Amino acid sequence: MSVCRKRCRRQLTKVGRYFYRLLTGTLAEDSIEDDFELSTVCYRPEGLEKLLEQTKFTKKELQILYRGFKNECPSGVVNEETFKLIYSQFFPQGDSSTYAHFLFDAFDTQKNGSVSFEDFVAGLSIILRGSINDRLNWAFNLYDLNKDGCITKEEMTDIMKSIYDMMGKCTYPSMKETAPSEHVENFFQKMDRNKDGVVTIDEFIESCQKDENIMQSMQLFDNVI
Amino acid sequence: MAAGVAAWLPFARAAAIGWMPVANLPMPVAPTEKNKRQDELIVLNVSGRRFQTWRNTLDRYPDTLLGSSEKEFFYDEETKEYFFDRDPDVFRSILNFYRTGKLHYPRYECISSYDEELAFFGIIPEIIGDCCYEEYKDRKRENAERLMDDQEDNKDSKLPNMTFRETMWRAFENPHTSTMALVFYYVTGFFIAVSVITNVVETVPCGSSPNQKDVPCGERYTVAFFCMDTACVMIFTVEYLLRLFAAPSRYRFMRSVMSIIDVVAILPYYIGLVMTNNEDVSGAFVTLRVFRVFRIFKFSRHSQGLRILGYTLKSCASELGFLLFSLTMAIIIFATVMFYAEKGSTSSKFTSIPASFWYTIVTMTTLGYGDMVPKTIAGKIFGSICSLSGVLVIALPVPVIVSNFSRIYHQNQRADKRRAQKVQKARLARIRISKTGTSNAFLHSKRNGLLNEALDLTGSTEDERHHNKTTSLLESQHHHLLHCLEKTTNHEFVDEHLYEQNCLEGALQNYTSRSPSLSSSGGLTGTCCSRRSRRKSAHLPNSAMSPGPPHGLQELSAVHIHRSDRPPLSTSRSSLNLMPDEAMRLNCKSGQITTAIISIPTPPGTTPEGDGHGPPSPSVQTTAGSSVVKVSAL
Repeated sequence: MSVCRKRCRRQLTKVGRYFYRLLTGTLAEDSIEDDFELSTVCYRPEGLEKLLEQTKFTKKELQILYRGFKNECPSGVVNEETFKLIYSQFFPQGDSSTYAHFLFDAFDTQKNGSVSFEDFVAGLSIILRGSINDRLNWAFNLYDLNKDGCITKEEMTDIMKSIYDMMGKCTYPSMKETAPSEHVENFFQKMDRNKDGVVTIDEFIESCQKDENIMQSMQLFDNVI
Repeated sequence: MAAGVAAWLPFARAAAIGWMPVANLPMPVAPTEKNKRQDELIVLNVSGRRFQTWRNTLDRYPDTLLGSSEKEFFYDEETKEYFFDRDPDVFRSILNFYRTGKLHYPRYECISSYDEELAFFGIIPEIIGDCCYEEYKDRKRENAERLMDDQEDNKDSKLPNMTFRETMWRAFENPHTSTMALVFYYVTGFFIAVSVITNVVETVPCGSSPNQKDVPCGERYTVAFFCMDTACVMIFTVEYLLRLFAAPSRYRFMRSVMSIIDVVAILPYYIGLVMTNNEDVSGAFVTLRVFRVFRIFKFSRHSQGLRILGYTLKSCASELGFLLFSLTMAIIIFATVMFYAEKGSTSSKFTSIPASFWYTIVTMTTLGYGDMVPKTIAGKIFGSICSLSGVLVIALPVPVIVSNFSRIYHQNQRADKRRAQKVQKARLARIRISKTGTSNAFLHSKRNGLLNEALDLTGSTEDERHHNKTTSLLESQHHHLLHCLEKTTNHEFVDEHLYEQNCLEGALQNYTSRSPSLSSSGGLTGTCCSRRSRRKSAHLPNSAMSPGPPHGLQELSAVHIHRSDRPPLSTSRSSLNLMPDEAMRLNCKSGQITTAIISIPTPPGTTPEGDGHGPPSPSVQTTAGSSVVKVSAL
């Protein structure tokens, strides 16, 4: 009997509270605001020494990189939106969001939807201070969208389209619809040795090493920072 | 480029690794840092208060004083710091702009001192963040008004060299400027009053002759009133014509409200003069006399308050409209209800719904004349509801109108709203221009870079060199990045303008071009062919076409064509631009003659034709191992 009474009282208080809220007009739940407080937590990277060990940058370079990183992302991590926004500042004429998305996936090694400073610096270390093979590996990783070890024509077409999108509309000669796919054909002719329709990592590295233009352009990254 | 992300430029350049393996063409050379400075702290001493920041922070905005080499003028060798003899409080906001990318306007600061500091440090005020921009603009407007008021007091002194017409116009608009204007002002005012009083007195019954009923004065003293009327109308006509003559923009004057009132005031008289004898239209003539009362509106030139009232009514048009609409709705509803309620009672005045309108209006506005009264009980109930709701409906919009009037009367900002709109447009335009500045900067520097290349190769050391502004390292790195993208995709960035022109002319060309020889030169003339407008200041040479066989020689002059071994699109950009230009022009000028005249032994590439268009271009050797072939222009 007492259980029944307790339940009745609980129901009554609930009904009473509902009518009170109805009359006074508070329709929104107040608890939602509490949730927002928790999400502005800060993420701190590991210590400078640890990063020095993991990457090939000097202390000063790491400091400069971190200051720039923290300035743009005070919370310590970059999410995809911010990433796309930052990248689009450099390409005012075209649409760089797709390519930025691929880049984000390549940097986000832990696949948790955000790029922390460690991920950022690790990626940069390979590109800017790694050996040519490392760089080629990284580029392959970028192209291989589903990370299965080989680049299919579809993956390459996606990447190519994203690069062409960055050019925008106002180009000379004007952008044809077939330009990306022609370029992909070209690429596969060059890279796909055994003509099996996919490019594996070995084929990729081998073909790149044979191409003088590519080897030369890889050297460009030596003095970016 | 938003300098807040300048720190991410190395990342963007690193991300270009994705383009390298797919590019078919070699990448351009990267710009080198001439004096590679490590990031260091610099000290800015502003009137004794020392601010310290990284050098990179200041470098983010290279077109300001602190970001450019202009700050070297303020460098003090002994103390190794930059000294500025300016206000340190305002400098805080300015330095924060470099740090955060957002410029804030502190409210306690005087607007003119803030503006001066911004001008000194080379920062445009348009980039003030949205949080502070409204405040900034309001203060600026107040300040400008204050200055204007001061100026207007000074403006009353006579300006030299004003034409007679301008003097007259000023006299009309500001009666206080000269005594003649004042006299004119009072005379017209007097005559307006006289005219209005005449109209009124005309209808008053004057003393009557014993055997007749009361006769209005107008009919008794017809001649006197007619003379008075004529005199007033003559004065008004003269005034109107003088104003029309003196107005700076006659069309605008004629469209203004005051001039329309003037015209309406004097027209009935003239119309009356014309048709006095016609009996049929005398009724219409009488109606026209009603319009004479509009002369009273001419007083609004003399009274500021009247003008403001008129402006208020105009600006509260929506509230007035709402009032009218809601009243109409209520009237119709209640009239219908009252009609049906009173239908039963005998000898009721509510004979139809429109007849009930009168009752409803009188009741809702709480006038209650009492000429129509409901007799049934239902009628009385609905009648009381009607009067109660009338009070509500009318009471609601009226305070809005009243508050509007008081606001406008106190502020009197008739023209400010128009000015504010123009300023907002200007601000957005300036921000848009600075944003497109980045893409334009790249295109600019491309042309400059080419110019330099070409001039280097010709060995010319003229003044054209100095057109190339030294871009900051950041900018040159950014441009190098965009250049790499161009090479990867084998397309170039182009101005929007030119792109549209190209597409238009390309579409046109598809119809007129019939030259088979040209079409054989591959996909070069395929798409947008006309690059007529894309003429560089230095006449760079025409390009090579397909890497095909050399073209035949002809007599006459002036078109040098390069034959390059590389694929066409990789030659100097200039060549690309001018080649289709040539081709296009050839097409236009003589479509059908091309094949016949050019007797080229080898299969025809381009058929350079057309008259001597433009000055002969200087030949420039762009690539080693390309042969220069002369082909004539017919």
